[in-house]
Amino acid sequence: MTTMTYREALRSAMRDALERDPRVFLMGEDVGLYGGAFAVSHGLIEEFGPERVRDTPLSESTFVGAGIGAALNGMRPIVEVMTVNFSMLAMDQVLNNAATLRYMSGGQFHVPLVVRMATGGGRQLGAQHSHSLEGWYAHIPGIRVLAPATVADARGMLLAALEQLDPVFIFEHATLYPMEGDIDEQAGAADIDHAAVRRAGKDVTLVTYGGSLGKTLEAAATLAEEGIEAEVIDLRTLRPLDMATVLESVARTHHAVIIDEAWRTGSLAAEVSAQIMERAFNELDWPVQRVCAAEVPAPYAKHMEDATLPQAAQIVRAVQEMFA
Amino acid sequence: MNNDEIREVVLRLLSQVAPEADMAVIKPDVRLRDQIDIDSMDALNFLISIDAELHVEIAEADYPKLTTLDNIVAYLAGKLTVDG
Amino acid sequence: MTAGTLVAWRKEPGDAVRRGDIIAEVESDKADVEVEIFMNGVLEKILVEPGEKVPVGTPLATIRLDPGEVEPAPAPAASAAMPAAVPPPMPRAHAGAPAEGRAPISPAARQLAAELHVDLATVTGTGPDGRIQRRDVLAAAEAQRAVAAPTPEAAPRDKQTRMRQAIAAAMMRSAREIPHFHLASTIDMGAATAWLAEENARRKIADRLLSGVLLIKATALALREVPELNASWIDERVMLHESVHTGIAISLPGGGLVAPALHDADRQSLGDLMTNLRDLVMRARAGSLRSSEMSDPTMTITSLGEEGAEAVYGLIYPPQVALAGFGRLHARPMSIGGQVVSRPVVVATLAADHRVADGHRGSRFLAAVEHLLQTPEKL
Repeated sequence: MTTMTYREALRSAMRDALERDPRVFLMGEDVGLYGGAFAVSHGLIEEFGPERVRDTPLSESTFVGAGIGAALNGMRPIVEVMTVNFSMLAMDQVLNNAATLRYMSGGQFHVPLVVRMATGGGRQLGAQHSHSLEGWYAHIPGIRVLAPATVADARGMLLAALEQLDPVFIFEHATLYPMEGDIDEQAGAADIDHAAVRRAGKDVTLVTYGGSLGKTLEAAATLAEEGIEAEVIDLRTLRPLDMATVLESVARTHHAVIIDEAWRTGSLAAEVSAQIMERAFNELDWPVQRVCAAEVPAPYAKHMEDATLPQAAQIVRAVQEMFA
Repeated sequence: MNNDEIREVVLRLLSQVAPEADMAVIKPDVRLRDQIDIDSMDALNFLISIDAELHVEIAEADYPKLTTLDNIVAYLAGKLTVDG
Repeated sequence: MTAGTLVAWRKEPGDAVRRGDIIAEVESDKADVEVEIFMNGVLEKILVEPGEKVPVGTPLATIRLDPGEVEPAPAPAASAAMPAAVPPPMPRAHAGAPAEGRAPISPAARQLAAELHVDLATVTGTGPDGRIQRRDVLAAAEAQRAVAAPTPEAAPRDKQTRMRQAIAAAMMRSAREIPHFHLASTIDMGAATAWLAEENARRKIADRLLSGVLLIKATALALREVPELNASWIDERVMLHESVHTGIAISLPGGGLVAPALHDADRQSLGDLMTNLRDLVMRARAGSLRSSEMSDPTMTITSLGEEGAEAVYGLIYPPQVALAGFGRLHARPMSIGGQVVSRPVVVATLAADHRVADGHRGSRFLAAVEHLLQTPEKL
């Protein structure tokens, strides 16, 4: 076991993959010479050369499309899109090619494409660089959507993604890159089918993922001081959702709050809430609550941006109301 | 009928309206209503059963005379002697 | 009540059954109940054996109806069975009651109440809008346990204990939910007692009337003059009843109380009332009341009897909205025509639900009872 940062964990996974499998290559804006917009691929081009670590033009649609083409032809590309905000330019490739080619070809073609993207706000990058749109990806059948929230998952989930025959989209909350955590460097592919209970509790189920896990655990600690024991579930996989873990928890706690940095309307939180209502109606002692971002484009000024993002205090308040 | 036989009948009919009472511990000279839990319905039913079994009809005006076991037996003995 | 045990079958497969026949006995928390049949036909197949305990609503037998018989609408489970805690609301005539105004109940609370055998009608909700939540159901279950006789057994099988629990729950609910007010009136019973003595002197002992039936008849007739007291409070509104079915509070040997209905008390002659009252008391004490008698009272009368206190200020049996009480008949000095004379009197009391009636209407009721008792020959 050792300690490393989230970005180092991603890098270690890519390094191992590049080493072991000649079909694997990394492609994206500034991933090569610059070492990656978030320094995730720092040092890789020096180690593996420009054929395996490829800088692309500023054209998401082009290089995501190229990644689809490469995958169709037997390669195992890792495409890095700088942020989910820019991935909107590639949505046609994602939806109409990557997600659907297997179905449209009757299973003759698979698209074993891995796309990594930074997501989320909190770094004062303004309205075009700060949103969380992984919920839109989780809406699409035919793809897997992952959200590693821990250092171990950053490595393990990427390795697992590379073993999939169908497209996998990995969302890395940008504030997690410098986060340090324990990791077994030798660990291979992680389980990407199940959510994880990060904190056990009996009074309320807090469901979250990615960049919101930290705040949720913080809220749980505060609630524990008030005698409310919260169970924190890290979804880990956003599509398909591991509702079994969530429902089992709600059956014990009878209360649920979903914390999601996306906007509330039509969010992934809304999907989880609907499923809890549909499948655990009789277990609920309180309506399912959601703590999401305010419904405005992300502000630039720090105090304003902080006001729009879910914070631990809001999570605490949402739970306190249930037990007032 | 002698008084003992009358007393036996009275206790038996009384226990029918007050089945949970212990007839063995009834004090004969103490007001019955103070010893066993019977209400006016029970009392009336008791008197009806006395009438049915001993053929002694008790006038309502005589009710105040029938408060203890002793005076019930005495009253009935009087009525039975008169009727032969 | 959520389950009952079939005690015995009074009919066998192949027997003809007629409306009103008793076909089985079922044991519930309060008493053994006789199950009446409401149609003519032949008992076909018995589905539940003696000794079996089944949930409320379980079919007990199949009946082959006589030609021309219309299958009756299934009775709601609540009115077909003895209530565990409280007499259930008046049946079918009010089936269209709207849901608004009823306290919301969380799904988890509803489920928990079913598991713990808590009557949700006895639970106060502490959530928003008075919503009943799990903690409220748990509190009610605790309270139920706290009221029970402290035995080490998990569930008291003893019928007495269960009855006490049921009474306690009903009384707690009454005290908690019904805004009571009480009125009292001292009624001159001189005319009534004189008439009764004369009447009873004429009658054979088996036909004699107790003064109690005069009180019952007068009460039932008085309800015709103040009909809002002959009602039930259900779903935040008052439901008036067409018929007057007076519940008669009957104490049971060994403790406990039931208040089954004397149906149509306002329309029965005193002789019939006496016969029916006698029969009701006997069956109440034998534990063989009919389910309809338990669920039908529209207003209850409690009389303390000859050994009782002067007046009773009682608690209304929900969902009824009134309780008439009579203390013991006793002598009091009264001023009549300027003279002080000793008169036999009884103190009549009315406990009423302030949501439904006020002092003025309650006074009208007691005045009517008093008035009626001055002309007992007309009762």
